[in-house]
Amino acid sequence: MIAEIGQYALALAFALSLAQVILPAWGARRNDPVLMSSAGPIALALFGFIAFAFGALVQLYVTSDFTVVNVAENSHSQMPLIYKITSTWGNHEGSMLLWVFVLAFFGALVAEFGSNLPDRLKALVLAVQGAVAAAFLSFILFTSNPFARLVPAPAEGRDLNPILQDLGLAIHPPLLYLGYVGLSISFAFAIAALIEGRIDAAWARWVRPWTLAAWIFLTLGIAMGSYWAYYELGWGGWWFWDPVENASLMPWLAATALLHSAVVMEKRDALKVWTILLAILAFSLSLVGTFLVRSGVLTSVHAFATDPARGVFILAILTFFIAGGLTLFAFRASELKQGGLFAPISREGALVLNNLFLTAATAAVLVGTLYPLALEALTGDKITVGPPYFNLAFGGLMVPLVFAMPFGPLLAWKRGDLMGVAQRLMLAAALAVVAAVVIAAATTGGPVLAPLAVGLAVFIMLGALTDIAERAGLGRVTARVALARLAGVPRSGYGTAIAHFGVGVCLLGIVCETGWSLEKIASVKLGDTVTIGARSLTLDRLENRTGANFRARTAVFSIREDGAPQGTIEASRRMFAARQMATTEAGIRTFGLSQLYVSMGEESPDGHISMRATYKPFVTLIWLGAVVMALGGALSLADRRLRVGAPRPATKRPRAPVPAE
Amino acid sequence: MAYAATHSPVNGFEVMISLSLFAAFALMTAIAAFAVLWPLSRTRAAQAAREADLAVYRDQLAEIARDAKSGRLPKAEAEAARIEVARRMLAADSARETASTEDPARITRQTTWRRRMAAVFALLFVPVFAVGLYGMLGSPRLPGAPLAERLTAAPDRGDVAILVRRVEEHLQKTPNDGAGYEILAPVYLRMGRPEDAARAYAEAIRILGPSALRHSSRGEALVIASDGLVTADAARAFADALALDPNEPRSAYFLGLAAEQDGRAADAARIWGQLLARTPADAPYRPVVAAALARVGGTAPAAPGVAAPGPGAADVAAAAALSSDERNAMVRGMVDRLAQRLDSAPDDIEGWLRLVRAYGVLGDKDKAAEALKKARATFKDNAEALGRLDAAEKELAAKTGAGEKG
Repeated sequence: MIAEIGQYALALAFALSLAQVILPAWGARRNDPVLMSSAGPIALALFGFIAFAFGALVQLYVTSDFTVVNVAENSHSQMPLIYKITSTWGNHEGSMLLWVFVLAFFGALVAEFGSNLPDRLKALVLAVQGAVAAAFLSFILFTSNPFARLVPAPAEGRDLNPILQDLGLAIHPPLLYLGYVGLSISFAFAIAALIEGRIDAAWARWVRPWTLAAWIFLTLGIAMGSYWAYYELGWGGWWFWDPVENASLMPWLAATALLHSAVVMEKRDALKVWTILLAILAFSLSLVGTFLVRSGVLTSVHAFATDPARGVFILAILTFFIAGGLTLFAFRASELKQGGLFAPISREGALVLNNLFLTAATAAVLVGTLYPLALEALTGDKITVGPPYFNLAFGGLMVPLVFAMPFGPLLAWKRGDLMGVAQRLMLAAALAVVAAVVIAAATTGGPVLAPLAVGLAVFIMLGALTDIAERAGLGRVTARVALARLAGVPRSGYGTAIAHFGVGVCLLGIVCETGWSLEKIASVKLGDTVTIGARSLTLDRLENRTGANFRARTAVFSIREDGAPQGTIEASRRMFAARQMATTEAGIRTFGLSQLYVSMGEESPDGHISMRATYKPFVTLIWLGAVVMALGGALSLADRRLRVGAPRPATKRPRAPVPAE
Repeated sequence: MAYAATHSPVNGFEVMISLSLFAAFALMTAIAAFAVLWPLSRTRAAQAAREADLAVYRDQLAEIARDAKSGRLPKAEAEAARIEVARRMLAADSARETASTEDPARITRQTTWRRRMAAVFALLFVPVFAVGLYGMLGSPRLPGAPLAERLTAAPDRGDVAILVRRVEEHLQKTPNDGAGYEILAPVYLRMGRPEDAARAYAEAIRILGPSALRHSSRGEALVIASDGLVTADAARAFADALALDPNEPRSAYFLGLAAEQDGRAADAARIWGQLLARTPADAPYRPVVAAALARVGGTAPAAPGVAAPGPGAADVAAAAALSSDERNAMVRGMVDRLAQRLDSAPDDIEGWLRLVRAYGVLGDKDKAAEALKKARATFKDNAEALGRLDAAEKELAAKTGAGEKG
């Protein structure tokens, strides 16, 4: 009965989503306030029904109701409760339902907190949101029904893909979807502005916090996914330039660009048309990202949900929203009032530079991801575009961008003084050079460029600190005044500095991991010792263990550093009976910021196991950097002048004296 | 529908479920329609876009003033910001607002009309659309069945999957129960799990020893598993069966099929010809063999007068295509047929033992006890048979005891 109620809730939600498109849009066209005001309650009801359907599906998973195909195919009655819940979205149908659930959630937020929006804008925004929801609901209902029933019901489910039986599944997809779908808000605002032919002041106020929120979730989602792949796949890599990873990186790059161009729009009332285009592109890339995983065109570590039969439907949705949005942009953009021009050497000039590099990097990733697909579709040739391409194209664009990053926040709006900024960054640059020289002298081996890259990372971090120091006037005023000024720096100012600092932290982790990782591959038997760096690993024992729905073979190594025991590390292989699949559980020990990573391979009949041990210096900085970035974003979002639905609206406040025009 | 077919006495329960489901649907539909209708009942003035813009700018000016007053914003900066906002305000103010020049009465008429249309939308379109869509996708008569509930349900509900699961769990604890595998194997086949069926037959052969029927059944499961192709593995199984019983008809049929699939039509015709020659006229599988023979160009010899026992290949092949209801019926039918046969021809100790074990595995304690009683009455003068029945009873008690604990 729960399944049927969930099914009916979804059917009603589809009807309501159509109502959410038709009635408010009609009202906006006829300027009918009553019809326009219907958007809010409908959006709230839509959220209610989708939430209900999602809850019903979770309940079916928790109770292992195998009369539902989706549950029978992706669950197992012996799984721990947490995995029963997470398997709800660990499959195609359920993850689509989660997507539309998050979408409806954001729609409800606009409906609830958008009371200060002009009626027409609010009605149109919700109508666009309704259209996206309608498209996804029809996709779910007609091609991927999560509530389809199964007769006769099997006595046991086919289990969740063992790779997904991990806490990562509880966190990664919801975070990623909050990011993807959060971008639908700026998209809806952009489309509404194009339909209206004007950009309201409220538009500028809304687009930045929404994009910022989506960006924070995307950042955390990508970092989480990266760490998950790192510890679960057993290869020890944290980024594979896998198409699915690229699919989440592209919206992130576009959202980062959008975030920065929205700043210009907010502060200087300029770059409006460009911001609208970016909003359309960012959400388009989110859609591509969502669907790249599901259309079956990609084979990758994201092994769940591949069915080419759904491809046509997906293509239709993509075409409708992306081509539709861009066509609307082509026809209506010229009617929007453009902002003023500005000097190249200025804060806004720097932000434009940032946008150019970020969009170019997005394009580079897009080409590298889609080119093999297009080639295969046209000629049937299968090629892979590997890390060398991405490292060169993406890295080549990122290096100048991050080098320029410390300069941006130090430049004044309207007319900046590049030489002055360079002088203020002298200390940071000098310390960065020292760091590079020290590293080059202290390390042997490793790539020649690695010390330089460390220098760059240090420059970025110190540059971010310089920004804050400059605002406080450190060194120019007394400590007391400086402290007072520090307290007066707005949270968004700290947010910028911290987020930029996070980029440096992340870069430092990447450089250290790629430059100075140590690796040992060996075949060992009980009692054998493998030495890696200053540490040695001894295979103490091999054990059989039993989990709820798997059997594990575990290798226990004891770690010694210069002879002193440092505890143990356990690597194992798990065999999941229901799917006849094995997973590797890498053993990871963290020493400070560095990690020792051990994975075990096949066990030979004579008792040897193949093992791979890697020492990864400062590897945790990669993900800590992302967390720092997200923290910066959160601080900026918490700036009360940006808070969504706050009684007081956002306001502009130039940080440097600006002459009147 | 899997359950409905076998528990007709609880029809009242089903009606109740439909009623509560109907009530839930009605309530949900009402909420959805209300969400659309409710805003229509309110009167509301439009917040003009220009007014909203000006409100934002006014708020911004107020905040700048507040910041400047509290010293968070230097004077010069505050002044510049004020000028910037004022500039935007001016721009917004001068933007043309499309003022309505229409007749107010007409506007009211139109508004009313639109409200009525929206109400129709809420009351007609939303329910009709949702119910229609649900009609396409839903299965309102199919009750939900959480696993825990199914595991505790009475065994006579005909939930084959659960019965199989019970037997599997039992076999995991007592892996040398050959009879269990023998009962499970044909059920697997009917559930469309031929690989499992072949594995179960192999276990039965391992534990109970080879027999022509077991080998040929295993061979057939292998053939079904490879979509009708008689693989080398299957052919070996059939050969093993014929080595034990040269007259085993199913093995002969499939070996003929193997020959046909290998392109040895003459061999196939010879094998099937010989098979038909010893197949009685009323054997259910005779038409199948005759058709196969005609396919390779042979002519059917006349039937002998003796009836051969055993299930027909065509029967079993057809079983794979059965619907769930029919399958449920077949499982119990299988056991019922055995019981009937024993009632009319009770002098078959192997048959009685099989029946007792079958009831035991299905969890039907009463019927198992009844069968034991009947068998004891039949074999009251046969000490060896009574001993075996006693052993079967002990086995049964141990099994059901374990089942209750588990």
